[in-house]
Amino acid sequence: MNEQPSESALPSQPAVTDLEVTKRHAEYWRRNIRYMWILLAIWFLVSYGFGIILTGPLNAINLPGTSFPLGFWFAQQGSIYVFVVLIFVYVKLMNRLDQEFDVNESEGI
Amino acid sequence: MTVQAWTFVLVAASFTLYIGIAVWSRATSTKDFYVAGTGVSPLANGMATAADWMSAASFISMAGLISFMGYDGSVYLMGWTGGYVLLALLLAPYLRKYGAFTVPDFVGDRYYSQTARIVAVVCAIFVSFTYVAGQMRGVGIVFGRFLEVDVNVGVIIGCFIVLFYAVLGGMKGITYTQVAQYCVLIFAYMVPAIFLSMMITGNPIPQLGLGGTDQGTGMALLERLNGLHQELGFAAYTSGTKSMLDVFFITAALMVGTAGLPHVIIRFYTVPRVRDARISVGWALVFIALLYTTAPAVAVFARTNLINSVADTPYTEMPEWFTNWEATGLLEFDDANGDGRVQFVGPDSPMTNELTVDRDIMVLANPEIANLPAWVVGLVAAGGLAAALSTAAGLLLVVSSAVSHDLLKRAFLPAITEKGELLTARISAAVAVVIAGYFGINPPGFVAQVVAFAFGLAASSFFPVIILGIFSKRTTREGAILGMISGVTLTAAYIVYFRLIHPELDNAANWWFGISPEGIGTVGMLVNFLVTLTVSRFTPPPPPHVQELVELIRIPKGASGPSEAH
Repeated sequence: MNEQPSESALPSQPAVTDLEVTKRHAEYWRRNIRYMWILLAIWFLVSYGFGIILTGPLNAINLPGTSFPLGFWFAQQGSIYVFVVLIFVYVKLMNRLDQEFDVNESEGI
Repeated sequence: MTVQAWTFVLVAASFTLYIGIAVWSRATSTKDFYVAGTGVSPLANGMATAADWMSAASFISMAGLISFMGYDGSVYLMGWTGGYVLLALLLAPYLRKYGAFTVPDFVGDRYYSQTARIVAVVCAIFVSFTYVAGQMRGVGIVFGRFLEVDVNVGVIIGCFIVLFYAVLGGMKGITYTQVAQYCVLIFAYMVPAIFLSMMITGNPIPQLGLGGTDQGTGMALLERLNGLHQELGFAAYTSGTKSMLDVFFITAALMVGTAGLPHVIIRFYTVPRVRDARISVGWALVFIALLYTTAPAVAVFARTNLINSVADTPYTEMPEWFTNWEATGLLEFDDANGDGRVQFVGPDSPMTNELTVDRDIMVLANPEIANLPAWVVGLVAAGGLAAALSTAAGLLLVVSSAVSHDLLKRAFLPAITEKGELLTARISAAVAVVIAGYFGINPPGFVAQVVAFAFGLAASSFFPVIILGIFSKRTTREGAILGMISGVTLTAAYIVYFRLIHPELDNAANWWFGISPEGIGTVGMLVNFLVTLTVSRFTPPPPPHVQELVELIRIPKGASGPSEAH
């Protein structure tokens, strides 16, 4: 949206070739995949990591300010909260990415 | 008014509401019938998804299950919510972009094969029927307990209601009824939970009360419950007894199964755009999380309350709810040592346990345990029915669209008219309701158990081929067909072997690597991935138009109205 004015200062964008479109789409996809892996890593960490594999050691400490054993909290409360946050972060990231690569849908409907 | 009068009034009022919505939003085209005309707002779709998703098992059985399983119950909490992250990141936006009507639609087109389509149809029908049987049973139980109607009569009443709004309104009617059903069920779940939380911890928010202090003793609630468990010879509540590997595999099977359930996936076809599909998954999980973070709190409150009121207490001093529920047979006391006191003890205790408690009571009896007014009891009944009916309707729609759209329109009778297809969709929905009712009257097992298996089947059939269909262009039709067949066969065989043929062998010593039948769906999924990838390497690549289709799915632009292509 707020891109810097291009140096050539052409009044309108030159016709983009098919090859450029394909390249842009490939870059869009690569960025999408990167977001996906990062978010899935967090998804795995809070549920399978903290909630299952590390739950024993984590239970030795309490969630600060409460009497929840930390591993138990992740398994029955915390992981669910994190899941919700992850989806909304993904939505935000992807909406921005769609804009940046101009692949977003029309505002109609 | 009495409890029963309140229940009648509230149940009748909620049913009238559902029917009213159905009449108002009846379907006029196949697009209305299958995907609600793709005009549902993301927020409404999120709410409908939550109701569609949360079944009688979530509403009635889950808190009770967790109450008895303690930490092990986490498999349901994480498993039934974590799948939404997979849906949002890996499936919903792309399937919406593709703009099909059903899941077999996508599988058939992406894998350029009628065989793949038929295999997907069979899997979808199989999964949905497994799941719907449990729902109809749930309807029967609620009617039986609260309205003192025979369970079978309850099932038949439930069938008529679903029949009416599913057949008339299709996806459009179902969606807006589910929005209403979500409101009913979440209200019915939260009211008793908030009262219980106040009563036990003094904190009105159950999620916080769970980590608070027990007002009776001044101790941390979870510590207090662990202490009681130790005294009575149960395993500590916060650590559980299942092996870590089994917990891992069950959680994974439920998560992946969630993301592979056809009735959940098709909900994201109903929104207008790709970005709506993404945010809609987020809203769905918000609405689900509200109940799912409350359930473990209810489990602990109910457990503590149960132990406090009954353990080692003379039978004659039992509270009123105890004797009420005893009459239903869901609570049984057998004074083995004849001392007139209730010994409620675990496997590590030297004494014999004398009390058998059906887990479904934990939610259903909450209002009585907390001494709540009669209308709250009626509300819980209406909520349980809302949960069961909304899920049943969503599942029946999958069955009906699988028959009318995937089998007739796309495979055997492509010349069928729009009007003819809509009529077939309505007839198959009606037939499906009757079959579901039969299973409700002759149930195949525990509600929650049956439902858990539907996830294993969904995990091992759809999830891998849909993911690979989007993320790997090289995946071929041969790979996908063999992958689905091997995944689902292995999973079904393992479950049938241990649960039906040799239930006496159903224990950790005989399971593969200690993985229980609930967790085998994860293995089935891995096998499916492995077979699909391997076979794809050795078969000719998909034709160019399919590879282009995959490119197209990955980019949101141009999603509005692709369904016209059908």
